[in-house]
Amino acid sequence: MIDHHIKYQQSCPTPADSSEASTGYLSKGIGGLALSISGLLAASSVHAEYGINFPEPAAGVAREIYNIHMLTMQITTVLLIIVFAFVFYSIYFHRKSRGFEADQNFHKSWFGQWSWVIVPVMVLGVDLTIAGKADAVLKKVWEVPKDEKLLDVKVTGHQWWWEYDYIDSGVKVESRYIPEEESGDLYLREVDNRLVLPTHTKIRFLHTSADVLHAFWVPELAVKKDAIPGYITETWAELDREGVFRGQCAELCGTWHSRMPIVVEAVSPERFAAWTEEQKALKLAALAEASVDKQWSMDELMERGKTLYDSKCAACHQITGLGLPPAFPALKGSPMMAGPIADHLDIVINGKPGTAMQAWGTLNDLEIAALVTYERNAWDNNTGDVVQPADVKQAR
Amino acid sequence: MSTTTLSHDEAHHHDAPKGWRRWLFSTNHKDIGTLYLLFALTMLFLGGASAMLIRMELFMPGIQLVDPDLYNNLVTNHALIMIFGAVMPAAAGLANWMIPMMIGAPDMALPRMNNLSFWILPAAATMLILSFVVPFFPGGGTQINTGWTLYPPLSVQVGMSMDFLIFAIHLLGISSVLASINIIVTLLNMRAPGMALMKMPMFCWTWLVTAFLLILVVPVLAGGVTMLLFDRHFGTSFFDAAGGGDPVLFQHLFWFFGHPEVYILLLPSIGVLSHVIPAFSRKPLFGYNSMVGSMLAVATIGMVVWAHHQYTIGMSMGAVTYFMIGTIIISIPVGLMIFNFIATMWRGSMTFETPMLFAIAIVLMFTFGGLSGVMLAVVPADMQYHDSMFVVAHFHYVLMPGAVFGLFAGVFYWLPKWTGHMYDERLGKIFFWTNVIGFNITFFPQHFLGLAGMPRRIIDYNVMFTEFNVISSVGAIIFGLSHLLLLYIVIKTIRGGKKAESRSWEGAKGLEWELDSPPAFHTWTVAPQVK
Ligand code: HEC
Ligand code: HEM
Ligand SMILES: [Cu+2]
Ligand SMILES: [Cu+2]
Repeated sequence: MIDHHIKYQQSCPTPADSSEASTGYLSKGIGGLALSISGLLAASSVHAEYGINFPEPAAGVAREIYNIHMLTMQITTVLLIIVFAFVFYSIYFHRKSRGFEADQNFHKSWFGQWSWVIVPVMVLGVDLTIAGKADAVLKKVWEVPKDEKLLDVKVTGHQWWWEYDYIDSGVKVESRYIPEEESGDLYLREVDNRLVLPTHTKIRFLHTSADVLHAFWVPELAVKKDAIPGYITETWAELDREGVFRGQCAELCGTWHSRMPIVVEAVSPERFAAWTEEQKALKLAALAEASVDKQWSMDELMERGKTLYDSKCAACHQITGLGLPPAFPALKGSPMMAGPIADHLDIVINGKPGTAMQAWGTLNDLEIAALVTYERNAWDNNTGDVVQPADVKQAR
Repeated sequence: MSTTTLSHDEAHHHDAPKGWRRWLFSTNHKDIGTLYLLFALTMLFLGGASAMLIRMELFMPGIQLVDPDLYNNLVTNHALIMIFGAVMPAAAGLANWMIPMMIGAPDMALPRMNNLSFWILPAAATMLILSFVVPFFPGGGTQINTGWTLYPPLSVQVGMSMDFLIFAIHLLGISSVLASINIIVTLLNMRAPGMALMKMPMFCWTWLVTAFLLILVVPVLAGGVTMLLFDRHFGTSFFDAAGGGDPVLFQHLFWFFGHPEVYILLLPSIGVLSHVIPAFSRKPLFGYNSMVGSMLAVATIGMVVWAHHQYTIGMSMGAVTYFMIGTIIISIPVGLMIFNFIATMWRGSMTFETPMLFAIAIVLMFTFGGLSGVMLAVVPADMQYHDSMFVVAHFHYVLMPGAVFGLFAGVFYWLPKWTGHMYDERLGKIFFWTNVIGFNITFFPQHFLGLAGMPRRIIDYNVMFTEFNVISSVGAIIFGLSHLLLLYIVIKTIRGGKKAESRSWEGAKGLEWELDSPPAFHTWTVAPQVK
C-alpha cells in the first residue's frame, strides 16, 4: 500500500526490526519454570512463534511488573500443588472401597478446634507477602516521576485508529491497521505509521479518547491505560532497548476493536531527533502545498481523495462506499452527495455529535477538498463537482 | 415423624390443579422450583449456543462466520443469558425446591409472590432475546456491541436494541429482588421449632446471604442502566463528560453490582457442596461455624472491592492500593472455605458418585481460579492482565466450577429426591469426565493467549495466537456437546429408573431425606421437631 501516510511518515529501519518477530514473544527461561508445572511446557517449547508468557520487557517498569507476575505465579503454583496433594492423598487413602472408616471425631482434635485460626493466619502470611511486594512495585511504577524532563506523547484513541501527538515538537502521527493483503503475517499487529520513541528517555503518555473508551496496551512496556473521553490519564516508561514492540487496543470500542494495533518503534535518541526533524519538514511541506493558491484539477483531487478516504473513512463507510448500514450509512448514492456542497462540507468538518461520525476539521483544507470531491464523484456518484481548498477555507 | 400420612390427608382438600393452570397459577414451591430449573436449562442451551458460535468464529484467524457487530452482540448475550438466565434461576430453582423441605416448612412464606418472581422471568428473557434479534429487522438499529458491561459512551451509540436490554435488566432485577425477599422471609420465620439459625442447613445459610446481597446490589445496577436510558433519550449527560457527566461513574455503578454478583453466583453452589461433600465422605461438615463466618466475611468484604475491575481507569495510588489489599484479603475467608471442604473429606469414608466427582472438581478448579484471581488483584501485574484473554480464562475458572458445576452437583444429588428415580450412574460419570475435560481444554490455554498479548472481545487475531485458539475451540466443542448428555440423563431420570429410597444416598443427612422420594405435593404440613 503506497499510502499517503507511509510517504509522510517514513519509519526508521532499525536492526531489531527484522528479528523481533521470531524472538520478541518468548522469555521461556523464567516463564517456563512455573508454567511447566502446569504441564504445558513440553508442548509449547516445540514452537517458537507463539508465547506462553509475557514477552521480554523493554522498559524498567515492565521488568518490575514481570518479576512480580513471576513471583505471584510461583506462590500460587505452590499453593495449588499443596491443595492438590491433600485432595489426592485423601481421595486415594480415605475411600470406602479401601475399607477406610470415617473418623467422626476428626473435628474434635486440637487441630480441628483451632483450624479456624491457624488457616486464616497462614493465608494472611501469604497475603502480606504478596501485598507487600505488590505495594513496593506499585510505588515504582504507578506515578510518573516528577521534577524531571519528560518526553510527552499524547495518545488519543479514535474509532478505530490511534493518534500520537509529540507535544514538545508538534509532530502528529496517525496510526492505522494495515489490511491483510499488505501486512501478511503481521496482520493486526502492524500499522502504517509507527509510534517512534527514543530509548533511555523518560516518556510520559497522556491518554485520552475522541469518542468511546479504548485502552493503550503494549506488553513490552507494560503500559495499559484506558483512553476515556473527557479524561487525561498518564503512564510512563523508559525504554531500555531498541526494537519494535507490538500491542493492541484492550478496551472494547465497537465494530473494529480488533483492528487497532499499536506498534512502538524504539530508536536511539539521535535517530529520534533526526526523525522528528524530518516529520516537521514533511508537515511544513504539506501545509505549504495545501495553501498554495492553485486550482486543483479533478484528477489530482480524486487521486488524493481516494488515498485519504481509503485510510481514514473506509473503516466505516467501506472502500465501496456502501457503508455498513444501519451503523454506518452508504455514501454511494446518498442524497447528500448530490445535495448542496455546503452540507457535505459541514458534516465532514464538524462531524455529527452523538454518532460515530467525528469532526474531521483537523485535516487541512486540501485534504478535506480532496475527500469531498472524491466522495461526490466516486462509486458512480458522478456529480462532477470539484471542491477547491479555498471553498473549504470559506466553509470553516 | 410420619410425613407420608400427613401429606396424604392433605391431598384430599388441596388438589393439585391440572394442565397448564397447575404451572401458570402455581403457588407450590416444588412446582415453581421445577419451573425455575427448566427455564435455567433452556437458557443454558441458548447461552451455550452463542458460546459455540463465538468459539467457532475464533477457531481460526480471520473473520469467517459472523460480522464484528454480531460477534460482539453474541459475546454480550452469551454472558447475560448465562448469568441472569442460567445460573441465577437454577440457583433459585434449587432454593425453591430445597429450602422449605430442609427447614421443615410447608412452602415458601409468600407463595403468590413466588409465582410472580418466576413468571417475570420468561417476559424478561423475551425482552433479552428481542434485544438480540431486533437489529435484524429493517429499522431495528445497530447491534449491542458493548459486552455485558454496557460501558458508555459506546452503549449510547447503540440502537434501540439497547433499550430492550435495559428493560430486560429491570425485569430480571425485579424478579431477583422478589425472590430474595421471599427467601429471607421464609428462612427467618418458617424454620421448624428447634432449628436455631446456627443449626440451619448450610445451603439455607448461603442463600440467606445471597438474598441479602441481591437486595443490596441489584437496585444499584437498575439505577445505573436507568441513567443510561436517560442519557440515551432524554438529554441528560450523567455519563458524558461534555455535559459535565462522567463515563467512569457508570463503571463504578456497574461493578458495585458486578463484583458482589460473582458471590451471588458462587454462594448457592458453595451451599450445595456443603451437603454433597459430607454426604459422600460420611462425615459431618468440618467447621460449620467458620463456614458461616467466612461466608459473611466474603459477602461483606466483597461489597467494597468493586474497583479491582477498573485498575486502568487512572485512579490514585491510594485508591488502587486500597482496592488491591481488600481484594487480596478476600482470599482468607475463601481459603478457609476450601480448607473446610478438604478437611471434611479428610479421614472420611469416600465414595465417588457423580455429585461427589463434581464436588472434588470444584475444590480443585475453583482453587485454581481463585489463585489466578489473587494474581489479578495485584495492581501492577493487572496492568498487563486486564482485558486480556487471561481474564476470560480466570472468570471461567471461577464461574464454571464455582457456579455451574456446583449446580450440576446439586441437580445430581437431589434428582432422586425430586423424581423418585435414581439417575444412570454410569452416564452421570461419562458426563462428568467429558464435561470437566472439555472445560479444561477450552479455558486453560486462554491463560497463555492472554499473557502473550491477545486482548479479549476481539473477533479476529494475528496468526501468532492460532495454536491455542484452535485447542480452545476443540475443547469447546467437546464441552458444549457434553451438555446434550446432561439433557438426556435428566429426561431419562424423570421418565423412569431405579426407584429411589427416601434417603437416596447412604451418607445423606437433613430433613429433606426424611420425606418420600418423590415427596408429596405438600410436605411438612406439620412441622418436625428439631433436636
Ligand atoms: C467511526 C466511523 C466513521 C468514520 C471513520 C467516518 N464516518 Fe462518516 N459517518 C459515520 C456515521 C455513523 C455517519 C451517520 C451520522 C448520522 O447519524 O447522520 C456518517 C455520516 C457521514 C456523511 C453523511 C452521509 C449522509 O448521507 O448523510 C458523510 C458525508 C461522511 N460521513 C463523510 C465521512 C468522511 C469524509 C470520512 C473520512 C474522513 C468519514 N465520514 C469517516 C461514521 C464514520
Ligand atoms: C459452553 C460453555 C462456555 C463457553 C465455550 C464460553 C466461552 C466464552 C467466550 C469465548 C467468551 C468471550 C471471550 C472474549 O471476551 O473475547 C465468553 C465470555 C463470557 N462468559 Fe463464557 N463460555 C461458556 C460458559 C459460560 C458460563 C456458564 C458463564 C457464566 C456463569 C459465562 C460467563 C461469561 C462472561 C461473564 C463473559 C464475559 C462477556 C463479556 O466480555 O462481556 N460463560 N465466554
Ligand atoms: Cu478497542
Ligand atoms: Cu470482582
